[in-house]
Formats: sequence, structure tokens, C-alpha cells
Amino acid sequence: MSDLIPQPGRYVGQPVDRYDGPVKVTGEAKYAADYAADGLLYGFVVNAEIPKGRITSFETSKALKVDGVVDIITHENRPSLAWFNSKYADQDAPPGNHFKPLKDDEIRCQSQPIALVVAKTFEAARLGARLLEISYHAEPFETNLEVAQKDAYEPRSKKSGFEKPSSRGNFDKGYERASKKIESRYMTPPETHNPMELFASTVVFDKKNESWIVYDKTQGTVNSHDYLVNVFGLKKDKVRVVTKYMGGGFGSGLRPQYQLCLAMMASLKLKASVRVVLTRQQMFSFGHRPAALMDLRLGANDQGELQAIEHKVVQETSRFEDYEENIVNWSGLAYKCENVSLEHKLAQLDLFTPLDMRAPGATTGLFALECAMDELATALEMDPLELRKRNYTDKDQAHRDRPFSSKELMACYDQAAEKFGWSKRSAKPRSMRNGKKLVGWGFAGGIWDAFHQKAQAKAIFKDDGRLTIQSAVTDIGTGTYTILAQLAAETLGIDIKDVTIEIGDTDLPPAPLQGGSWTASTLGTATQISCRAVCEKLFTLAKKLPDSPFANVKFEDVCFASGSMHVKGDPSRTLELQKIMKLAGESKLEEDGKTSPGLLDMIRFAKNTHSAVFAEVEVDEDYGMVEVKRVVIAVAAGRILNPKTARSQILGGVVWGISQALHEESVVDHRLGRIMNHNLAEYHVPVNRDIHDIEVIFVREDDTHASPIGVKGLGEIGIVGTGAAVANAIYHATGKRVRELPIQLDDLL
Amino acid sequence: MNPFSYHRPTETKDALSQIQKANAKFIGGGTNLIDLMKEYVEKPSELIDVNALNLRGVKTHADGSIDIGALVSNADCAYHADIQTHAPLLSAAILAGASPQLRNMATCGGNLLQRTRCYYFYDKATKCNKREPGSGCDAIEGFNRIHAVLGQSSSCIAVHPSDMCVALAALNAEIHVRSPRGERVISILEFHRLPESTPEQDTNLHPDELITMIRLPANPYATHFNYLKVRDRSSYAFALVSAAVAFDLEDGGTIKSARLAMGGVAHKPWRDLEAERMLTGKRPSKDLFATVAKHVFAKARGYKHNQFKVQLGERVLVRSMTEAIEKGVKR
Repeated sequence: MSDLIPQPGRYVGQPVDRYDGPVKVTGEAKYAADYAADGLLYGFVVNAEIPKGRITSFETSKALKVDGVVDIITHENRPSLAWFNSKYADQDAPPGNHFKPLKDDEIRCQSQPIALVVAKTFEAARLGARLLEISYHAEPFETNLEVAQKDAYEPRSKKSGFEKPSSRGNFDKGYERASKKIESRYMTPPETHNPMELFASTVVFDKKNESWIVYDKTQGTVNSHDYLVNVFGLKKDKVRVVTKYMGGGFGSGLRPQYQLCLAMMASLKLKASVRVVLTRQQMFSFGHRPAALMDLRLGANDQGELQAIEHKVVQETSRFEDYEENIVNWSGLAYKCENVSLEHKLAQLDLFTPLDMRAPGATTGLFALECAMDELATALEMDPLELRKRNYTDKDQAHRDRPFSSKELMACYDQAAEKFGWSKRSAKPRSMRNGKKLVGWGFAGGIWDAFHQKAQAKAIFKDDGRLTIQSAVTDIGTGTYTILAQLAAETLGIDIKDVTIEIGDTDLPPAPLQGGSWTASTLGTATQISCRAVCEKLFTLAKKLPDSPFANVKFEDVCFASGSMHVKGDPSRTLELQKIMKLAGESKLEEDGKTSPGLLDMIRFAKNTHSAVFAEVEVDEDYGMVEVKRVVIAVAAGRILNPKTARSQILGGVVWGISQALHEESVVDHRLGRIMNHNLAEYHVPVNRDIHDIEVIFVREDDTHASPIGVKGLGEIGIVGTGAAVANAIYHATGKRVRELPIQLDDLL
Repeated sequence: MNPFSYHRPTETKDALSQIQKANAKFIGGGTNLIDLMKEYVEKPSELIDVNALNLRGVKTHADGSIDIGALVSNADCAYHADIQTHAPLLSAAILAGASPQLRNMATCGGNLLQRTRCYYFYDKATKCNKREPGSGCDAIEGFNRIHAVLGQSSSCIAVHPSDMCVALAALNAEIHVRSPRGERVISILEFHRLPESTPEQDTNLHPDELITMIRLPANPYATHFNYLKVRDRSSYAFALVSAAVAFDLEDGGTIKSARLAMGGVAHKPWRDLEAERMLTGKRPSKDLFATVAKHVFAKARGYKHNQFKVQLGERVLVRSMTEAIEKGVKR
């Protein structure tokens, strides 16, 4: 399959502008809440004010009196819902008793949706929601992981994508033997995704055909479609889900959110089109990155060679689902070590089930591991980068010593260190300064998976010379539209302006969830295959033409460029693609491209992206304010299709890593079981002024196994390791090792 | 948001008559009030939009005092040449607050009436004496990182969020207000209240009074001044602690007079007159500043999540005083 690897050309490997840029900046792009419908009704969600208990009654009279309010839907009067739990299991659902909106009177977590007020205007619905009076029977709850950890357990069934961490060797013996040891506890808080676009669903009801077009904010149109069909017992062909554009997902759109279910519920009950948009405050009422308590022990010999690694985690989940993410596994993969002990346990809290958030697991686990490595380097009085190099591994010891499909991590180390000027670092903490500011330089490495999934794309070439690519996949803002257009134009040798990308629609060929950094490799491959098939079809047609210039050549002997097919090395033997279509009497060619993971490659190789992150911070000596003055990150992620959109992905990831280190926390008041900073004024992410220079280096990495097109994916690697690099820089600046995130100024006074 | 009637009078007398209606409120820039209405914390039945009133303009008098119309936007005030020349401390404080978009919308009169950013005040699923008098205070035992360490009471530990008002306090601003009963002038130091047992009242302004202008008396503080704001990120965050500091120095460097006001520590901008007297007639020194800072926070009391504000407050005050002396150049 390696012949599918696209070579840099007119479009591939070039910083092509975003395909969706013009419609986004002109406001033409429609998001889920932008679609209109005749007689559209507006739903406003009412959320519980207690974290646990039962609803004893609703007093609806005041709310129903509001001019324009049509209905108040609660568990008492909702349309029928599926009985079986399995019907609520979406593609990203962890095992458990899934949350079922308005199923019954039970309240399981803070701000749980308990009613939908439906009105002729959004404002009337919102007022109705405020006037709805609810009586509760409150029950005891626990939201503090430090308390709940005493009941930690290992769940029996695993979430898809979770791999039970495997220990190896004998940790105790290795640790005992080690001459330098460190032992630390790290804590990371819950974080909430907060993409810019609020969750929204516009359900457009076609009365005549009893069918629905659902404009949903989702990372998986197929997932939302199947969820609606299953939960409401609808016929598959009566529901179509469309997500043309999305204002960020970061994992929060991997599961159908409750506004989708509630909008459909209202549409079914009222036989009308309905829109439900969540408020920013309500964005804090569902999945989030889980809090984690991590205990690490590392032991090394005097040369800095790791003798033992132990990484244990207690991770938050809900009372109703066993959500697990790969937090500790990375500690068995990152470095060469014979004795590794890993443990992953869950503790239940009365909060909503956590949800994948950019580089789930790795962001948390590698923060701890990479800070612990920095602590070990300090104990060894060794340069932290040198310590990593001494423990470099070219084998995946957790999986029978299989090799990596490619791993240009050493090149990442060297190129980023050179650019950063790491060799000029003075080793001692508090030894560098800029006036009143303490200066610190920190380093950390990152790892993420290079996945490849099953998907399908269709290429349609018409006699007007235009090519259309179709797939149900969504572009969550990462650049999927752009790279698919680049690959398609490059393969057919046509102008990119003649390529149309139609995606985000369940009427189109099926695709997996947009997540895990697998979309570029997966849909890119499917697109390549479908376009290649069009090329072959064109060749067959051209060969059959009377006096064909291609009569005696093979497909391998032709190439596609400038809208024409040529014989390689003989540009005089050429035909325009449009002309081939006309002469052959074809108006349209349609070819499907299907791809699925290469099973053999999956077993034989560890497939990962790698990074090296260097950060410089300045910490005010008097009042502890931290500024991240610059970051240099080198990334090895296989073939880079578009250095511009790729760089943007890494920039976004790095900014989020800074945010993880310094800002983000969904603060739960454990007496109330409630997230208190549920708005963007108080849930802090960096502002423009917090972000200074970020330099991104893509290290050349050739890979023929990670995916058929040599692409590994870039969506998540940028955040992994960045938080640790910042934390390590803060240690270097101040001599204070803060092991609980976020690191705030009062930690440094 | 509850339904309300909207009025846009063009004459002050009409505004003063419309505000007599039950549950009426003035609206200026709306940057705080609208948020609170969406959260159902504020529920006015009548909104009297004052933007068409003739309350704009910055006027400098011969004696050096400056009148700032209540409707002057925060941005216009901060960038006004006379403010930058004669009251650069005010300019610096305003520009340390909010974001450019908010400063363009927010009025100076409205800024005086900003309500606290206490998480519990904003969340009607919790207890808050400021929002629902008598309901209790969930912040005292709750997440109180941003809360008060000075002048708080057992019923409320909220802080006033404004940066502008901290500078106004340091500059002895006078707030001119009008009602059907006539005009009166309230000193900035008497304008905001401590919570005591009535935290629902942020200020001593009567409900039917309209702020017409802010008068800055002539001041000698255009040279040695500083507004230092410490917060959790570099912009668009409320102060954990801020310190407005201004000195008038003798030629020899002795402090002729001093002004100190702190933000982020109390229910009102925290001016310490005794501390100012301690500075007067002295030569600036590290020890003097440390003693003064200790004095300002001597009676401070922190809670689980904001204990750090006491130490931080002292350090910020010392640093702000030091920088005010050191800089000593007109900006």
C-alpha cells in the first residue's frame, strides 16, 4: 500500500489556505444553531439545582403562563424512550448504565437536565425555565476524589480504546537496587472542554414524510444518527444528521450531548421543528477531563539508566459509567526500563461521566511522568534532556519488544534543543533572572497514538472537470476539508478550485468519529483510494479511445497533472481529463474508496507520534505571576500534508498545554457538589496576552506502516508534554516543585 | 431574563421621574447589568436607558480639577489627554481592567456600580445574602479564592471588582448625583459600603439617584504613581490584589503626602488613611514600606482559599510603592 503515500507536490506538503476559510470569515458557514425552519420552536433546558436526589414535584403554572411558552417537557410527560440500556450506548460510551435524559425522577449529578421548556421564542423559553418551580428530595453525595479514592476499583469491562496497563519485570527489586530514587504524588483537576461554539441541535421536522433533518454539533454524524434512531425507535432512513461546520470539539462532541436528545424529544411530542442551544453555564453540566491522583516512583542507577518505574492512578468516574482513559500506559512505553509497575483504578463521584478531552490520558499521565523525570534528573544532577536520551528506547517493551513503525524522537530532541538554545541553560534552580523576574527553562517529551480507522469516501468526477469528494466525516475545525481537497487535487492533477468537499452528512458514505487524531490518516487514505480509482477508470476509458495516445502503455506509465493525463517522460502524449470524458461519452465517474486498519501492521508495530517541548518561563519574584515567554516544540508525526494547518494544530495544543499548567480547573464546591466557576470569566484559559513565542518544528519522518498515506495525525500531540515542560521550567525558575495543577501564583509566593 | 419596559429619556428630569416606578433601574453600558439579568440575579421591571442624556464629556477646570461625565466610556476616559496628564493613575487603573471591548461599552458612572464577581452571587442554586438577603453565605466555607480579607462580615465576604474605583479612591474623587430632591455630592470613600449585615446594599446611592459626574480634585500625583494589579492571567481577569499608590515628594525626596488604595481585598476600594499618615514626612525606604504594608494588613483575615492574599497584599503594596518612587516619570 506504500504507493499511496502522497509525494510533496503542487498541493500536498504545501501551506494551502483553508478550504473553509472564506465561508467562515464571511459568516456564510452555517453551524448547528444557524439553520432556520418554518414554525421553529425553541427549547431551553432546566438543570437541577441539587447534585443528587429525586424530583418530588414540578410546579409549572407560572412558567406555562409566560406568553409564547408551548410546553414543558419533564420525565412525567415526555414521549416514550427506549427501555433497554444498550439503546443509549453511543460509539464512545463507556460501559455502564448510560445517562438517559428525562428518563425518570432521579438526579445523579450537578446541573443534570431535568426539563425542557419549549416556546415560540428563545426568550420566552428562557423565562419559562426560570419560573419553573421544582421540589427535590436531596440525598448525600461525594464529589471529592481525595475522599472517594478509598473505594477505588478496577472495573470489569473496559471502555473501547482503553488498554489495561501491563506491568513487567520486578519493580520492587529494581527500585531497591536503584541508587537514585524519587517518589511523588501528582494531582490534576477536572477540566471542561468549552469549545467556542455552544452545543446546539436544530431538529427540522418534515410533517409530510414524518422525517427529520437534524443539524447537530457533533464530532460524529453517524453516532448522533444512530443514537436518535435507537433511543426513539425511529426508522434509520427517517433521520439525517448534518454537521457542516463546527466551532471546536476537543472531544466534547464525541458523545451525543443531551440537547440533541431533548430537541428530538420535543419535536416528536409537538410534531414541530425544534432548536435547543445550551448556554455557556450549561456547557459545564456534562463530560469533562477527569480528575486524577497519581503516585509515581522512579529509580535509576548512577548513570541515569532507569531501573524501575511505578505509576499508579486513581481516576474519577461517575456513579453510572466506568469511564477510563490511558493515563499510566505511557510510562511503560516512553523509556527503556525492565521493571515497570502500572496500576489504573477508578473512583466514583457524583458528577457527570468524564469525557475524552484532547489527548485524553496522555495529557494527564505524561504530565506526571515528565515532571517525575525532571525530579529524577535533579536527584541525579543530570541534564533533564540527557536523562531522556540515556533512556531512549527503540522498542515497545509493553508489547513483546515490537519496533516502532517510525520514531524520530532523537531528531526532535536535537532540533528543538538547538533552536531553543538549551545548551546555554544553567542547571541550578533560581540561577537565571531578568530583573525582578526569575527565569526558568524546562523540558518534557510527548507521545500520542497514530491511529488508523475504518472509513469510506466517494470521489465523483464529472465531464465539466470538477471533482467532488463525499464522506459523513465532520471537520471540527482542524483542517479536514483542506487536506482532503489537497489530496484529491494532487491525485487527479487538477486545480484545487475544481474540487468540492462534501462532508458532515449521514447521507454520505460512512465515517468514524472525528477524534483521536485519526481523521487525516483515515479519511485521507479513503480519499486517496477513491481518487486513484477515478484515475484508473479515466485511464481505462482513455486507452479505449480511437487513436489513443495511451494505447500501448500501462497505468503505471501515466501521470496526472494540469488537468490532463500524460505518458511519463513524454508530455506530447497527453489528453485533457474533460476531453477523455467527452470522447468516451461519460458524464460522471463515481468511485468509492474504503480503508480499514492494517491488522498485521497493528500487531507488528507500535505506532506513535512523538514530541520534544522546551519552555521558558518568567516568574515574578514578589508575587508569583508566571509568564510563558517562549516554547519550542519539535514534532515527529509522519507525513505532513499541510504545514500551515498542521502548525495551527500544534499551536492550539501548546496553548492548551500552557493552560493545563497554569489555568484550567473546573472548581467543584464539594459541600454543594457543584462546579462554581461555570463561565468563561472565571474558568480561565489563556488570553492573547498570556501567549508569547511558540515555534513549531516538524521533523522529517518517513513511515510506511502507520497508515497507507504515511500520515500519523496531529490533533493531540501538541498538548502532550507541554504542561510538564512549563511546570519543569517553573521549578527551574523558582526551586519550587508544584505537583498539583493548575500552578497558580499563590503556589509560588 | 424577566420581561421589562424600556425607556430612553433625553432629559435628566424625565429619567428622574421614570426611575420612581417600582423596580426600575438605570442602564448605561450594560456590561454588568445585562449579565446579571440573564442569570436572573437582577430582575428590573423598567430599564431607564441613560445614554441619550447629556452626561458626556471630560472638562478640566482652571484649578486643575476634572469633571468626568457619568456617560464617558472607560476607554474615552483612560485615553483622554487631560486624564493622562493630570490623573495618570486613573488611566492606568482603567486600562488594567476588563478588555478593550468592555472598556468601550462600559461607562464611568456604571463602573462605580459594578457588582461583585463572587461565584455564589451569580449562581442562584447557592446561598447568598447579597442576592437573597437572609439566605446565608456559601462563600465563607466554600471556594473563596477571590474573596475579601479586610472589612468583611459574617454575612458577606465578597469584594468590589472595579479597578477604576481603586484609583478614584486614591484620588479622593467626588461623585455627583441628582434626584428629584436635588443634587448632592458623595465622597468616593463614602460611596461604597462595607457589607456588615446588609450586603445587598453595595453603595450609599439611593435607588432613585442618578450619577451625573465624577469630579477629580486637583492633585499633585501625576509623577510618582503606580497601579499594580496581580491576577491569575495577564488580562481579562479580576484583581486578586491591586494597589493604587501615589506620592507627592519634596525636592529632597521626603514624602510630602501619600495615597494608598487597595483593590481585590474588600467590599469597597480599601483606602488606609492611617497608613498614609505613617508615610507622610518620611523618606521612602524598604523598611518604611514594609512597616506600612504590615499595618494595612494587620487586621486582615483570610479563609481556606484566600489566605495567601494577606502576604500577597503586603508584597504588592511594597512593590507598588517602590515602583511609584522609582519610576517617577510622567507617562
